[in-house]
Amino acid sequence: MERTTLDLWVGAFVVAGLAALVVLALKVGNLSTYNVSESYQLQAHFTNVGGLKPTASVRSSGVLVGRVTSITLDTERYEARVTMSIDKRYQFPKDTFANILTSGLLGEQYIGLLPGGDDVMLKEGEEFKQTQSAVVLEDLIGKFFTTSVDAK
Amino acid sequence: MPALQCVADPQVTAPLVEIRDVNFAYDNRPILKGINMSIPKGKLVAIMGLSGCGKTTILRHIGGVLKPTGGSVKVDGQVMHELDHHGLYAMRRKMGMLFQFGALFTDMTVFDNVAFQMREHTDLPEEVIRDLVMMKLHAVGLRGTHNLMPAELSGGMARRVALARTIALDPMLIMYDEPFAGLDPISLTVVGELIRKLNDALGATSIVVTHDVQESLKIVDYVYFVADGAIIAEGTADDIRASGEAFVKQFVHGEMDGPIPFHYPGGDYRQDLGVHV
Amino acid sequence: MPITKTLRAIGSRSVNAVWRIGYASRFFVMTLFYSGPSFKRFRLIVKEMFSSGVMSLIIILVAGMFVGMVLGLQGFETLKRYGSESALGSLVALSLVRELGPVLAALLFASRAGSAMTAEIGLMKATEQISAMEMMAVNPIARVVAPRFWAGVISMPLLAALFSAMGVFGGYVVGVVLIGVDEGSFWSQMQASVDFQHDVLNGVIKSFVFGLAVTAIALFEGYDAPPTAEGVSGATTRTVVQSSLAILMLDFILTAFMFRGD
Repeated sequence: MERTTLDLWVGAFVVAGLAALVVLALKVGNLSTYNVSESYQLQAHFTNVGGLKPTASVRSSGVLVGRVTSITLDTERYEARVTMSIDKRYQFPKDTFANILTSGLLGEQYIGLLPGGDDVMLKEGEEFKQTQSAVVLEDLIGKFFTTSVDAK
Repeated sequence: MPALQCVADPQVTAPLVEIRDVNFAYDNRPILKGINMSIPKGKLVAIMGLSGCGKTTILRHIGGVLKPTGGSVKVDGQVMHELDHHGLYAMRRKMGMLFQFGALFTDMTVFDNVAFQMREHTDLPEEVIRDLVMMKLHAVGLRGTHNLMPAELSGGMARRVALARTIALDPMLIMYDEPFAGLDPISLTVVGELIRKLNDALGATSIVVTHDVQESLKIVDYVYFVADGAIIAEGTADDIRASGEAFVKQFVHGEMDGPIPFHYPGGDYRQDLGVHV
Repeated sequence: MPITKTLRAIGSRSVNAVWRIGYASRFFVMTLFYSGPSFKRFRLIVKEMFSSGVMSLIIILVAGMFVGMVLGLQGFETLKRYGSESALGSLVALSLVRELGPVLAALLFASRAGSAMTAEIGLMKATEQISAMEMMAVNPIARVVAPRFWAGVISMPLLAALFSAMGVFGGYVVGVVLIGVDEGSFWSQMQASVDFQHDVLNGVIKSFVFGLAVTAIALFEGYDAPPTAEGVSGATTRTVVQSSLAILMLDFILTAFMFRGD
């Protein structure tokens, strides 16, 4: 069996196809933020996570710093416990606020971090103490109605 | 391989192919009606008849492609329609078949076409295959074409390459489906001679299905005449030439009118033309 | 009675359709069953990957580029109204990776490689090459059909990935280079919204399924084609029509399963 130009073409095709997949995974997709950079885990409790989903982004000043890895119900406190993995390059003070925000009026929900002024930084497994839950549109509308009824 | 000479009497040599009372129908339309044939080892036998009379169907039964609705086809002592998949394929390895227009694989070179069965069925090293292919191609006089694609060959050359491919594994039984169809006179003689020579040189048995009377009568040992799914005459080439059977006479001498009428049955001619007398 | 006649025609047509589906399924199972030899002789698959994969490359790359460019242009016009041009990257990438890449690449593959497969096998049948192979005790499903099948199944995801990558590049050229959307937000928004598992991997699964469907249809139509010139040309047309419909229907089903708001 000898090598032929046909093999070369098919080989080039396979390499190009695989390269395209890698580009889609790393450059277009978020695979690079999953595993490539090292990360550490932080937690936060929210009374309501709204439409937050695993893999939702964690941002600080609009910069992507990590991703939500899991959302579970903490049955001791009956609150949602959100675990997120944060890029090792970024450290956050102990008094950082974690808020669930929405990008645009109807966009995806993400966690926004608002750093405080504490000198001590959060370490692996620790928790954001100050959190603000998702704004649920229905509650907001409900509140608006009740207040407007009260006002009359 | 010792070449079986054609002097052997049919009664003495056990027949290689034995067809007994074979009936066959497609959707209740009978194609074969009680065919009996016995083809002795080493012989070159022709099955002749008009197009669509069931000649090719007989070949397909011998190859085990079709199963008879009644009767049996025995090849080398084995009933073809009782073989399982493996038995059938094992039997087919001992057969070669030349299809009507050669049926060369159009996406392979001449060399790869002839080497096809060797590569599929044997573990021979490539050098041995090369030698074998060259020998087979040399036998049909086309060693020089081994690098060409089938599309680059003339009709006669393609037929000869197909012949080389058919004999690639030295089959004991070679079947030819209309080997003379669409050939020029020179190729016709060449292919005819090759069929005879290869049969004798390989010690094989050959069955030629054809409607080319003159060419095949020159080379065959025995002829079966098929019309409308039944055998109407059989005998040696001389018997057929001398036959008094009206249909055979018309066929052999290519007469325009006879048992097979020139006019397809139709209504009254004058009426069709609208002439009222 | 014309009504009974019509009813009878409908009845026999449906019976025929069911018959054909059964025959096609058996053909498909046989193809899988006889796939062993083509993996032992991988060269057979490589040869077919050349004629189905490599030969489709040009059309896939060019089409992907243009689709991406159109997406960039249209997406920009729409997003501009809401002042969110920066989301152009994620719009282009998501539409390509989730839908347009797998679907359009499969449609092109069906008309370029699928029809060629049908015509090739139909012609092999018409010129008795298939019968010849059977008479040589070589199973044509193992030798002719199975390698083409796997070549198609392997090529399709690669082609779809190339289509999407090319499309993203086309969107980049139009959005960033020509219109002047901010390059940083183009890529970062894209990365933030395209999830590897959820989007890229699901796209690959889609194109794999489409490749399976297109090659299975193309090979069956070729193998089932009446051995005449009209038979083969009819089968080629049927391949393109049926596999296009199959792609779009499968796309709906797969999308419903994959992106059912989790």
